[in-house]
Amino acid sequence: MSTFLKLLARNRLAVFGAAVLGAIILLVVITPLLPLPDPNATATADRFKRPFSDGFILGTDHLGRDLFSRLLWGTQLSLAVGLAAALIAGTIGAAIGIVAGYFGGRIDNVIMRAIDMLMAFPYILLALAIVAALGPGLLNALYAVAAVNIPFFARNVRGVTVSIAHKEFVDAARLSGMGHLRIITTEILPNVLPVVVIAMSTTIGWMILETAGLSFLGLGSQPPQADLGSMLGEARAAMITAPHTSIVPGVMILLIVMSVNLLGDGVRDALDPRLRSGALSRPMAATLVRRDETPPEKTDTKAVLSLENLETRFEVGARIYRAVGGVSLAIQPGECVGLIGESGSGKSVTALSVMGLVASPPGVVTGGAVRLNGQDLIGAPYARLRALRGDRVAYIFQDPLSTLHPLYRVGDQLTEAIRVHHRISRDAAHERAVKLLEDVHIPNARARARSYPHELSGGMRQRVAIAMALANEPEVIIADEPTTALDVTVQAQILKLLDNLRRDRGVSILFITHDFGVVGQLCDRVAVMYAGRIVEEGTTAEVLDAPAHPYTKRLIACVPELGAGRRELHAIPGLPPAVDQLPHGCAFAPRCHKATGLCATSDIPLDGRKRKVRCILPEEDVA
Amino acid sequence: MGGYILKRLVSAVPVLLGITVIVFAIMSLIPGDPATAILGSYATPENVEKLNRDLGLDKPLVQQYFIWIGNMLQGDFGRSFALNRPVLDEVLDRFSATLVLAGAAFVLCAVLGIIAGVISAARQYGWADRAITVAVILGISIPSFFLGMMMILLFAVRLKWLPVSGMYAIYGGGDLPDLLRHLAMPAIALSLVATGVVARLSRAAMLEVLRQDFIRTARAKGVGERRVIWGHALRAAMVSIIPVLGIQAGFVLSGAVYIEIVFQWPGVGRMLVDAILKRDLLLVQGGVVFVAACYVFFNIVVDVAQSLLDPRIRT
Ligand code: SF4
Repeated sequence: MSTFLKLLARNRLAVFGAAVLGAIILLVVITPLLPLPDPNATATADRFKRPFSDGFILGTDHLGRDLFSRLLWGTQLSLAVGLAAALIAGTIGAAIGIVAGYFGGRIDNVIMRAIDMLMAFPYILLALAIVAALGPGLLNALYAVAAVNIPFFARNVRGVTVSIAHKEFVDAARLSGMGHLRIITTEILPNVLPVVVIAMSTTIGWMILETAGLSFLGLGSQPPQADLGSMLGEARAAMITAPHTSIVPGVMILLIVMSVNLLGDGVRDALDPRLRSGALSRPMAATLVRRDETPPEKTDTKAVLSLENLETRFEVGARIYRAVGGVSLAIQPGECVGLIGESGSGKSVTALSVMGLVASPPGVVTGGAVRLNGQDLIGAPYARLRALRGDRVAYIFQDPLSTLHPLYRVGDQLTEAIRVHHRISRDAAHERAVKLLEDVHIPNARARARSYPHELSGGMRQRVAIAMALANEPEVIIADEPTTALDVTVQAQILKLLDNLRRDRGVSILFITHDFGVVGQLCDRVAVMYAGRIVEEGTTAEVLDAPAHPYTKRLIACVPELGAGRRELHAIPGLPPAVDQLPHGCAFAPRCHKATGLCATSDIPLDGRKRKVRCILPEEDVA
Repeated sequence: MGGYILKRLVSAVPVLLGITVIVFAIMSLIPGDPATAILGSYATPENVEKLNRDLGLDKPLVQQYFIWIGNMLQGDFGRSFALNRPVLDEVLDRFSATLVLAGAAFVLCAVLGIIAGVISAARQYGWADRAITVAVILGISIPSFFLGMMMILLFAVRLKWLPVSGMYAIYGGGDLPDLLRHLAMPAIALSLVATGVVARLSRAAMLEVLRQDFIRTARAKGVGERRVIWGHALRAAMVSIIPVLGIQAGFVLSGAVYIEIVFQWPGVGRMLVDAILKRDLLLVQGGVVFVAACYVFFNIVVDVAQSLLDPRIRT
């Protein structure tokens, strides 16, 4: 409860709404105590007095009645009616929803059909029909508004009830011989209540508005009794000559509904667990860059792509997660480099940082350089980055079902990839797209181009994604676990395809994976990542045959036999450190069997020339 | 595609039946002798007898229902005693005016709401987002009838830009520009709440979509940001925006009643309110069934639009 109030208090708009609503309610509660004139006392001599004239704070209406007094009494009535409608709708709706959800089957079916029918009506129309049958009057308007809101509550509550009606604790209660009524009141109701509160807080504003609306139409409160709606309705005749008689009740309705809505939104946000973890935020077009130091010197001049001391962080509130902590890696033309690590090691973030594709917020590149043919991309203007993306550096992602657009035909997605970089006609681009699909061995390429992603198998989708990466003949392809979501045979086919393409086209590949078997099949060199840093680097053969870092050695030891089947990096005791609380010195120390006191004292550099390792007691001599 | 439309049309039949049952049930709530209640102040002995004969009000309820349905299927919605003309004729006349008003408001709320929502999402936490958020809060809280009155005061009475009320000018009106001038204020007043709701939901839908992997793919291909937002993201977000549009259409259609009163628009909503106040219940009954049925068909159009957009639900 206190977290709920805290969350609510943090929402400035909700606090504002609560304050306004609180003030209005206070005013309404003390109304009977105030020395106000009788709201219904007419005085034709005092008709249409302006506000602040002759002792009338808000003036008078067409019958000379004191507007301020009428406003307060009318507000009281409107609030009471709206609240009553919400309570009635909430109670009956919740009861119906619980019965439907708890008993299920036929009962559920019949009830929900009826609810669907009711919801097929335009909302206000149904209220009008009810008022027509019952006759105009405030109470009837209240019933009508409550009735048309029942389906909304019933539906929401039924959903929640269904989801808990078969949980263990309910089953247990049932087995222990508890009656339905007791189960519903002791087990179901407490869980359903927050939903009812959310639904009520988001609809009570509507209900106040709708009852006021019916009164405005002359179908609600009847004279001399007046709620805000009927005040406004009566004032309409004199709207032009005495606008204040309309504005006074109108503004009050606006204030009430607005404050209720603001507060209601706040309540919903505070109670809804999905929003509690922080507001949804969308990633921007390119990763934020906040690089304090000047980028490091160029080190490798021949490399097509070189990362130099790259640092990428996630900043969530006050917490900082150092996902990539100074990674340097160079890829030569035509070379395939594997970047291997457990999930959370920062390998994917490294890959995405290259083209500014790390989601930001919360991602920020805080240091280092990424050089494509010697030109630094970190902090490059968006236009330049966009021009290079997909053209010089292309990506292949893990799960092609979620990474291809579900509503575009695959052919159109390929065509688009070409046309954003080349001014060619749609037809020519389409021909090229079909050709690309043939290149990645998709049978019936022309027909397949008209398919949507969900109509293709996982392997076919990944071939499409590869074709898309090849579309503009890039110099570098960054493949982020492209085979992880596929089964073993398809995986082998895709790897073979990638290997052939690389040999035919001389494209460089940065291959991100957690699987040493895959690295062995495809990569010339491999870098091992742990806790955001590279801990070992060398040619694939060297690293696989004679791993130098204790971490690598343990990883490879877990792999029974290289070159066949599927291996994963989970057989090492302990977990990688959380990247917001990295230990001092070697990050692997807590899991390392060789660790000594020295390992934790100071930062350990990545040592060596061709073959590099970040360990003071390496398993192999790499110097 | 044709099969899908047919399937939806067939599934509308039980809904339409349900609507008639509900209306019939509500009308049977009327206390006292039904014929006298339905006729209200028009209850002369002859009228009562005629109505009893037409609707078989002396027969059991179930039978009455089927007589009523049978008559409606033949285009006979009964007779309005207040207006002394067939209900259907009156409803059709009035409904065309409502359709113009509600249609204009619907287009406004869809277009402006989506644009505002997309901008808001794309500029999340920026000044445009904040301004739109505040405007949306005001928009969904202001009663449309109050807004309409204030607009009349400002634009018609003070500034004299637009006519105060009505659908056409009494003298020399009747052409399209005249209609548009009369339509502007009521359509905007009617659309405001719906626009706010659409904007709010579009923003949420866009924020949800922009986090998806396929947006990152589009960016990785080098697609420009404008196209990412208004093409890739909006296209996907439309899947959750369209159902909201369907709901708002119903809201606009029935909310027109307030606006028709304020602007003296000769639509079906004003007809219903007059009929309720005069206790001309056959007119109410016929009008409600007719409008609700139209809304059911509109929802089929919405579903078909949805299936055109999303190939995954077409089968
Ligand atoms: S530096 Fe120490 S703790 Fe780290 S891997 Fe080497 S031996 Fe183990």
